[in-house]
Amino acid sequence: MQKRLLFDSQLLKVTISRLCQQLIEVHEDFSQSVIIGMQPRGIFLAERIKTELENLKISNVKLGLLDTTFHRDDFRRRDELIAASQTKISFPIENQNVILVDDVLFTGRTVRAALDAINAFGRPSKVELLVLIDRLYSRHIPIQANYTGRKVNTIQSQKVLVELKEQGKKDNIWLINKEE
Amino acid sequence: MSQLKTKHLLGIKNLDREDIELIFRTASNFKEVINRPIKKVPSLRDVTIANIFFENSTRTKLSFELAEKRLSADVLNFSASGSSVKKGETLLDTINNILAMKVDMVVMRHASPGAPHFLSKHIDANIINAGDGTHEHPTQALLDTFSILERTGKVEGKKVVIVGDILHSRVALSNIFALQILGAKVMVCGPATLLPKHIKELGVEVETDIRKALEWCDVANILRIQLERQQMSYFPSLREYAQYFGVNKQLLDSLDKEITIMHPGPINRGIEITSDVADSEHSIILDQVENGVAIRMAVLYLLAGINPD
Repeated sequence: MQKRLLFDSQLLKVTISRLCQQLIEVHEDFSQSVIIGMQPRGIFLAERIKTELENLKISNVKLGLLDTTFHRDDFRRRDELIAASQTKISFPIENQNVILVDDVLFTGRTVRAALDAINAFGRPSKVELLVLIDRLYSRHIPIQANYTGRKVNTIQSQKVLVELKEQGKKDNIWLINKEE
Repeated sequence: MSQLKTKHLLGIKNLDREDIELIFRTASNFKEVINRPIKKVPSLRDVTIANIFFENSTRTKLSFELAEKRLSADVLNFSASGSSVKKGETLLDTINNILAMKVDMVVMRHASPGAPHFLSKHIDANIINAGDGTHEHPTQALLDTFSILERTGKVEGKKVVIVGDILHSRVALSNIFALQILGAKVMVCGPATLLPKHIKELGVEVETDIRKALEWCDVANILRIQLERQQMSYFPSLREYAQYFGVNKQLLDSLDKEITIMHPGPINRGIEITSDVADSEHSIILDQVENGVAIRMAVLYLLAGINPD
């Protein structure tokens, strides 16, 4: 199995810091903006962004968790059921700018499910997408990120492996060639 | 594990601890869903479910129907009164006719114990038992144990007494199975005439003195006196039952501990339980109803999620 390192701990830190600067350019003091981390790994990234924004003197950023399992389009079409995770959005999102945060953007189907799920909580005035890794040329639906950590050319058979210290590992993100 | 090991929910007896814990985890997620401003998810939008009730029901039927609608399923309601069942059609014919209309899942209540088990051997659709005679009522037991878990933090090691008509109660039997699987200790309490003869063989304690039973337990699940199932007199009068087995405030106040009070409904106020107990802060009767929808959503979702191809 071949592995290529896309992010190590240091690069991840620099990238998150840059993404936060970009967010501040658009959302200023976040008074009308909320961050929603997508389960399972987007929530860790969302928490780091909130912490980094606090370091940059943007406090009281609202952070929610969103699980898209019940909105997936492949229910009854997979062999295995996907276990649901927690959703926790304890603030209104009506007329707010919502920033969806996820680790990897691949086919776009999870984001589609998230857009569907978010509607159950109200009508946001705007929804944006922030991803750490954008896998280019692999979308099944027309969805693009507004903020991207890194764009990567991949082929279908490759896999992005995200390991974060919140999961008890070292911060490392790899591109893996699956064995034939 | 994210999948049930069974295709049908016929009874708690067919589940193991892993299955029940999976249902509970999924139900917690659905409980969050039904507290959203928009309480609906699209998961079961291509699934058609028939609710077939050969016996009267208000709460269970409403709860299932709501659970199905919250999951975006198409719902077909059928009740035996006013149907061809009255014209002599067999159970299998009735169900096969409904399934010919392309129904994917069947929720059935029937007066005969084992009716859903019989069906499961003859048809392909997923079957959920919503009560079969005096046998099992699995979703009720799941929502009861889920409510205990939610209120007290755990089920393992808890002492639960089931009070009332154990003889005719499917709720009692399913609850005994579910509580034992989850590691709780179970006692049944009621007039000797309403306790099945060999109930001890299920590994439960038996008590005929309500005071002793309440002194022993952490949770009391008080059942309704089911007058419609009793063909003979098991006790002299309702008044006497209320006096000897009714749970009232004086009785609870005289114990030096707090007991969580449950009731599967419908309540006969003033008979098995007084209003001041049913409406007290220790009562989780309405939580049971709310959890009922979440539990049924979880069961439907998990059974429907098994790939039909």
